[in-house]
Amino acid sequence: MNLFLAMLPTIMTAATPLLLAAVGELVVERSGVLNLGVEGMMIIGAVTAFAGAQATGSPYAGMVCGILAGAAFSLLFGFLTLTLVANQVATGLSLTILGLGLSGMIGDSFVGTPGIQMGALPIPGLAEIPVVGPILFSHDLIFYLSILLVIAVHWFLFRTRTGLELRSIGDNHDSAHALGMGVIRVRYLAVMFGGACAGLAGAQLSLVYTPQWTENMTAGRGWIALALVVFASWRPVWVLVGAYLFGAVSIGQFNAQAFGFGIPSQFLSSMPYLATVVVLVLISRNRRLTLMNTPACLGKPFVPDR
Amino acid sequence: MKKLLLALTASLGMIAAAQAQDKDPTLACFVYVGSHNDGGYSEGHDKARLFLQKEMGDEVKTKYVENVSEGPDATRVLQQLARSGCNIIFATSFGFMDSVVKVAKQFPDVKFEHATGYKTADNLATYNARFYEGRYILGKIAAKKSKTGTAGYIVSFPIPEVVRGIDSFMLGAQSVNPDFKIKIVWVNTWFDPGKEADAAKALFDQGVDIIVQHTDSPAPLQIAEKRGKFGFGQASDMSKFAPDAQLTAIVDHWGPYYVQRVKALRDGTWKSQSSWEGLKDKILIMAPYENMSADTKKMAEETEQKIKDGFDPFTGPITKQDGSVWLKKGETAKDETLLGLNFYVKGVDDKLPQ
Repeated sequence: MNLFLAMLPTIMTAATPLLLAAVGELVVERSGVLNLGVEGMMIIGAVTAFAGAQATGSPYAGMVCGILAGAAFSLLFGFLTLTLVANQVATGLSLTILGLGLSGMIGDSFVGTPGIQMGALPIPGLAEIPVVGPILFSHDLIFYLSILLVIAVHWFLFRTRTGLELRSIGDNHDSAHALGMGVIRVRYLAVMFGGACAGLAGAQLSLVYTPQWTENMTAGRGWIALALVVFASWRPVWVLVGAYLFGAVSIGQFNAQAFGFGIPSQFLSSMPYLATVVVLVLISRNRRLTLMNTPACLGKPFVPDR
Repeated sequence: MKKLLLALTASLGMIAAAQAQDKDPTLACFVYVGSHNDGGYSEGHDKARLFLQKEMGDEVKTKYVENVSEGPDATRVLQQLARSGCNIIFATSFGFMDSVVKVAKQFPDVKFEHATGYKTADNLATYNARFYEGRYILGKIAAKKSKTGTAGYIVSFPIPEVVRGIDSFMLGAQSVNPDFKIKIVWVNTWFDPGKEADAAKALFDQGVDIIVQHTDSPAPLQIAEKRGKFGFGQASDMSKFAPDAQLTAIVDHWGPYYVQRVKALRDGTWKSQSSWEGLKDKILIMAPYENMSADTKKMAEETEQKIKDGFDPFTGPITKQDGSVWLKKGETAKDETLLGLNFYVKGVDDKLPQ
């Protein structure tokens, strides 16, 4: 039991970058745009956040730099796919490749430099509650932001008029356009939101998770975030469930190895992915639910008729 | 007059040519699997390249190609380097082996050197370092330093290099505390700071107080620092990341070998060989022993000296994990066995992934 409680904060730290990037991408995809550049935006966020923290001495300034850089980088994707109507899949992939290369170049001089850790911010009053306090209310700022973001995105998508507009643009951009909605404008904003979230996820990696900069430090987390969006059938709360499930199985398998249960380590390493596939299969048995939530215009180019 | 001038220019020309031949720098080329500043393995080679450049000055020119993936890409890069006038090419990753064998055959006039491989040819030599000698010292320090009698060991892939490290570490630890235990966690990657940090946290949560890593990022050490526990650096001195947690580090030091080989090439004494050197040849060096008692430090230094004087960590009696005898008393392991090592010694509480 004690071990389980000790594992929980570790799981939360591991799940937070996945959750952040996935929630951002969820909004992008709900607007009908498929941005496969999450990994690239994330690593740009990581390197910029690291650089910002080094330059100012403050991890919070670094975090803001990471968010802004992620959003700015996503604008490149937005310009190519929304204004120039380039293929979204190809553009997203090249955004990832560009991000990985560019971040390596920017971060060249930071390799081998210890980073600035963003410390924990215990919430006064709540953090003193036994057991629950240290686990839930003694985290860093980015963790709290990630939870608030899920709630905010859920409320925005399903409880506000703008959220409804965004979803209808994702489902049928021609009708939305005919109704006078600014399809391109909304999509630009969604793409930038996704970029900002990916940037924040990157900042979490280089300021909280492992305070350092090394090339390719995202190590595929952007791709897992993309998979989580599908896993969650484009529902924010399920992204939270998915990210924590993935985090829990990843951390759990390390603990299982250290315990020496004698289960082959390759099998344990594949557990997070296996668990995701199993849940995905279970979810997709409900065809109606999946169809209802999949944005019908996902990845389709939009050229307004004049 | 005209004749004289002609003769003069001709002789001047000849002198210049002769001088040029003397001074023609050797072009030494390097191929890295990672980036030149990955903070670990490839950076170790790049530091050695700079060391070579500094040591030999005008006599050598160097260039490198980084982030070369193992396979057809490596073949292409090696061919291109050989064609562009490299005199000697150092292929620094195990996975370049088949490419380097193929290209060495195509370019008999170029010399090739392959790190950690085992295939040689007339113009292809191999070189490696006995990193396990350092791990024996780590084992002794860990056993002396640990209060719980248990160390955590974060590992990448079950290849002989890694298994040698675990066995040697365990033998070192057992020479201090026969009941010493290790908990092994395979992360199945050489480099993923997040995963390495998670593995370190899992191990600390389960009560180990020292961690050893055979993965490349300083993330596990950072976790040790944060939790007030201890660990060892990998491939380079990582004390900057964990000034209060790093006990020592095994530091790759390929530089002197590169100097020696390029000099041999210039003297015309270069021969194909399989070099496997250790602490005494300074191809690996130990970072300063820190954060430990004077007593432990003395023991570590004595062990290091003992190995330099010829002691082999794999000296019997050694029992395999399954209880059968591997080495009798006084017997040492053969290099062939070590190069293909695929079993644990007694006391390792883990099943080796096959």
